[in-house]
Amino acid sequence: MFALEFMRNAYLAGSLISLVCGIVGVFVMARRLSFLTHTLSEIGFSGASFGIWIGIPPLNGMLFFTLLSAIFTGKLGKRKEQSDAATSAVSALFMGLGVLFLSLSNKNSSYATNILFGSIVGISSSEVYQIVFLALAVLFIMILLYRRLKFTSFDPEGAGIVYKHENILSILFLVILAMSVSISAQIVGSLLVFVLITLPAASAQNFCKSVFGEIVFSTILALIGTWLGLYLSYVTNWPVTFFIALFEAIVFVFSLAGKQIIQRI
Amino acid sequence: MKQPTDFIEAKNISVSFSQHEIFSNLSFKIFDDDFFCLIGKNGIGKTTLVKTILGQLHKTNGEIIFSKKFKSSLSFGYVPQFRNIDQDYPLSIRNFVSLRLFQPLVPWFSKKEKDIVDTALKRVGIFDIASRKLGSASGGEKQKAYLAQAILYDPQLLILDESTASLDTVSKFDVMDAVKNLNDKYGTTVIFISHDIPLVEKYGKHSLELKGDGKYSYKKIN
Repeated sequence: MFALEFMRNAYLAGSLISLVCGIVGVFVMARRLSFLTHTLSEIGFSGASFGIWIGIPPLNGMLFFTLLSAIFTGKLGKRKEQSDAATSAVSALFMGLGVLFLSLSNKNSSYATNILFGSIVGISSSEVYQIVFLALAVLFIMILLYRRLKFTSFDPEGAGIVYKHENILSILFLVILAMSVSISAQIVGSLLVFVLITLPAASAQNFCKSVFGEIVFSTILALIGTWLGLYLSYVTNWPVTFFIALFEAIVFVFSLAGKQIIQRI
Repeated sequence: MKQPTDFIEAKNISVSFSQHEIFSNLSFKIFDDDFFCLIGKNGIGKTTLVKTILGQLHKTNGEIIFSKKFKSSLSFGYVPQFRNIDQDYPLSIRNFVSLRLFQPLVPWFSKKEKDIVDTALKRVGIFDIASRKLGSASGGEKQKAYLAQAILYDPQLLILDESTASLDTVSKFDVMDAVKNLNDKYGTTVIFISHDIPLVEKYGKHSLELKGDGKYSYKKIN
């Protein structure tokens, strides 16, 4: 399997993306941003199809759209960021735009499927370099900001007393999230980004008591899911995304059951 | 008994927001090791007054004088009125308290930082339950965890904003005993914002009641 270059590329990109998603996901859960994450990925879809239409790489179009919306959402402030109705409206608008761009670009429907559901195996070397660069950038920022992010995500009221400029930090986190969403859409597709960002972290939350523990667990879950998905897809020729989604969903159900057992003891 | 020394003295301070006067010509003293209680109805300006003392809000008039000791290192711990900790909150009490540890750029904790957390947990008496999840802790235990986080760096001034308002009678006294212990043993000056007159009378040393329309009463408690 590893004799094939595209499989080596897929494993390299997949592993880094899982690492990023595992870490970022923990903060997404703590900050209750899973709905916003989903919306960002839909905005990413319209960005990718915009890219195809004007002839730039879909990943760049995606980054452009998600980063802009991250900064815009951050400026709106906390309350609006969580307002479900506004988020739904934005998400509907961008899905519609995505369909429009795709139809304008006259590409066949396999492009749409690739963007929506992922196409890791078809990834090129230059795309892999870009993903590696973005993933390392996100990891670097996360390590630098780790303690501050931990405090403001897990105890916003407490952090607000000790620190000023919390708003800048929250915009910065949305930027990190936008980058993570864009690169993880390369494996699982923009419709299923939360499979790698929120599901592993949600499972980890059920049986961990520390931020670091959650990060370790959710990263491991994301990595196993991606590796297993790539392997099974290679063997069966079924989509990678299906296997990753199946694995993460099963783990999540087990973690819920496990949590109830722990609580009863 | 030693003569109490001044810690913070407010002289004729007034605060108003856009023409609306919150309070005016307020004078009182907070002593070193004081247990200072701030009482009054909702919305009468208790939190505003505390923020003014801490310099987070500008006063319109008057003067606030700090003791040299406090001026040299302005350290305070604040337990806010509301905190959004639901049942699914994943962190343990120890990890919650540790969130405040600030050593920039280093992701892991040093031995010294772990000791700081241990000391704070012991001082409020939750060291033994520190590995429990905060989400499943009782109301009193939660308040003590907030307290431990606030006193992490051993502040000279500890401010409690309605900390006991949501608690039942037993845990109320339990939490207040922990605060009293900090006040007695470690000389932490306390500002206690509350509605609860019996608690104020039992634990307080001085009280300031804001009555609205510029009226207030400042007195020593027995």
